[in-house]
Amino acid sequence: MDKTASAKSVIQSGEIPHLVIEPTRSWAALNLRDVWAYRELLYFLTWRDVRVRYKQTALGASWAVLQPLAQMLIFTLFFGRLAKMPSDGLPYPLFAYAALMPWTFFSNALTTSSNSLVVSSGLITKVYFPRLIMPAASVLAGLVDFVCAFALFIGLMIWYQAPLTVNVLWFPVYVALAAMLALGAGTWLAAMNVRFRDVRYVVPFLIQFWMFASPVIYPMSLVPERYRWLYALNPLSGIIEGMRASLLGGINGARIDWMSTAAAATVTAALLVYAAYDFRRMERGFADVI
Amino acid sequence: MSIPFAIRVEHLGKKYLLGARHSGQRTLRDALLGRFNGKGSKGGVDELWALQDVNFTVEPGEVVGIIGRNGAGKSTLLKVLSRITEPTRGRVEIFGRTGSLLEVGTGFHPELSGRENIYLNGAILGMRKNEIARRFDEIVDFAGVARFVDTPVKRYSSGMFLRLAFAVAAHLDPEILIVDEVLAVGDAAFQQKCLNKMGDVARAGRTVLFVSHNMPAIKHLCPRAIVLNSGCVAYDGASHDAVKVYLSNALGGADRGSVGMRFENPAPDANRAFEVTSVEVLDREGRLKPALATGEYARFRLRWRAAEAMRHAGVELGVYTPEGVPLIQYSTRPVADVDLDFQPGENSIECEFSQFPVAAGQYYLSVGLTRPMLEWLYREDQFALFDVEPGDVFNSGTPVVSSRALMVVPHRWLNQTTRHRDIKER
Repeated sequence: MDKTASAKSVIQSGEIPHLVIEPTRSWAALNLRDVWAYRELLYFLTWRDVRVRYKQTALGASWAVLQPLAQMLIFTLFFGRLAKMPSDGLPYPLFAYAALMPWTFFSNALTTSSNSLVVSSGLITKVYFPRLIMPAASVLAGLVDFVCAFALFIGLMIWYQAPLTVNVLWFPVYVALAAMLALGAGTWLAAMNVRFRDVRYVVPFLIQFWMFASPVIYPMSLVPERYRWLYALNPLSGIIEGMRASLLGGINGARIDWMSTAAAATVTAALLVYAAYDFRRMERGFADVI
Repeated sequence: MSIPFAIRVEHLGKKYLLGARHSGQRTLRDALLGRFNGKGSKGGVDELWALQDVNFTVEPGEVVGIIGRNGAGKSTLLKVLSRITEPTRGRVEIFGRTGSLLEVGTGFHPELSGRENIYLNGAILGMRKNEIARRFDEIVDFAGVARFVDTPVKRYSSGMFLRLAFAVAAHLDPEILIVDEVLAVGDAAFQQKCLNKMGDVARAGRTVLFVSHNMPAIKHLCPRAIVLNSGCVAYDGASHDAVKVYLSNALGGADRGSVGMRFENPAPDANRAFEVTSVEVLDREGRLKPALATGEYARFRLRWRAAEAMRHAGVELGVYTPEGVPLIQYSTRPVADVDLDFQPGENSIECEFSQFPVAAGQYYLSVGLTRPMLEWLYREDQFALFDVEPGDVFNSGTPVVSSRALMVVPHRWLNQTTRHRDIKER
């Protein structure tokens, strides 16, 4: 009798999860397996952020399009018409909008993800889940806005009758790079924010500075040749220029700048790895200090 | 491989650093410092072991109570077991999915509808999407919110909100359920629902860890209990004995160097202008009583500290059930109309009961200092938790216990065939 009973429990225990809780000493345990196990939560949190963002707004999700559109109109008027900013031979509205899409996505994703842990401190002190999911969901929710903004861009392309080149295949790569950059920077800032609320005040300033350090309102060609390498260390310069070239290269014949793309990819990867390491290091103390 | 145990805790330790400078730690620091001052002081110590060398094993299907004073490490232990915070030392092994009722309503978003929140909250608690979908109707039924399932929860009444939140948590169906002080929230009916659910879970052969101050509930639901004291396991065994250990040890104050019915302020604060420092229960000769039984003579001596003189002040003494029902709430004024002046420094007063009229059970002692009818100078509704032992007041061999009735008063049955007997004083 007993033997059959224990044999039965063997079969049942095949599905029973086994968990070991120990102090983590190294950063080895990034716990990506856990993140995978909680992928549905990532989906639900992203979905929540998207649902909630435009709740009780009269214009709803159109804000995702209106933000970059309004900025484009302002930039076109002041920088394009009045300041006669060069735009590498592109119509200035297209030139600006192609950069404002990734820029709006990046700056929004950075802002929301850097605050993501602090605003959900109630969750963090009460329930376990891989904390990495929180900033990641903020970035993914930003991507949804990006898609809306991109829909308008397609309209602009048609309006300007911009021909496509084969380089458009690189466009998704730049989107992925922008998302990874936002994830890396956002994750690290989110972790720092748990400990130092100063981050909340630094981020808006950082974003403002970052925009002027990126080719959003001006082309990279405006930067003197000998400072290009320094400029390329800002991954957004490679990403934004690359996105412009991949989408609008048919108009002005611009080619993809492999140098700045490689620099952007390298810096982004390095930042992501460092952020993951630092996040993991600080994660164990989140519930205690938040 | 069959599972050898549900939870095994080995040499578990958790250290908190005190006095850290970062602003984000304010609340935590306050909490810890409050506890730290309560322990008396060793100047210059800036770390605190909330858990120290904790060891125990829980078998699958076991229902274990965890008891201990505030700050004894119960919440920290649960936080480590549910992976919210990492231990500093030691190791925990868990077989099975853990769920906890302390997360009721966590992650609900007011803007989202009931339906959306069920999915979101379920995912937060670790449920799979198809699992939630399968149990969706059951959850809605249990919560009784079927009509409002597509209404944003910010329009819900607080009762509806709580029921929905509990319904999701209750349908998680983990192998291991962790319950922390559910009885502290919600109304009596909700608390009863929580307790019933726990009973169901326990009967279904699942493992339950139950943290509570409700000693009758612990005794009723858990065959075994673990007593934590200052982060260490003080006792691990039959819950009946554990409750005794907890009451005599943690509350009676054996760790404060005295035995018997003496209760010190659980959270003294030297910055307060007025504060009750201790309550003692004395016998007729003024000696500390080792225990208090129904119908016995009892003199409650309150001691308090006053920073300044206060004329026409008042003192209150109360006895509450664990559910918060006041059985006694008497004051020098207005109830007894005794005029009282506080002296700067130490003061004391005694309140005498010739027959303590409360049935056997567990109660909270409440104390207060007042300017009668004007303001509270100090108030603590849960100054101490104490036991009233059964007393055979009616000389019948059947003491009155709180599960049947709360008050014990002299009474007679009158008819031709009954012998009459008054309550005897002892």
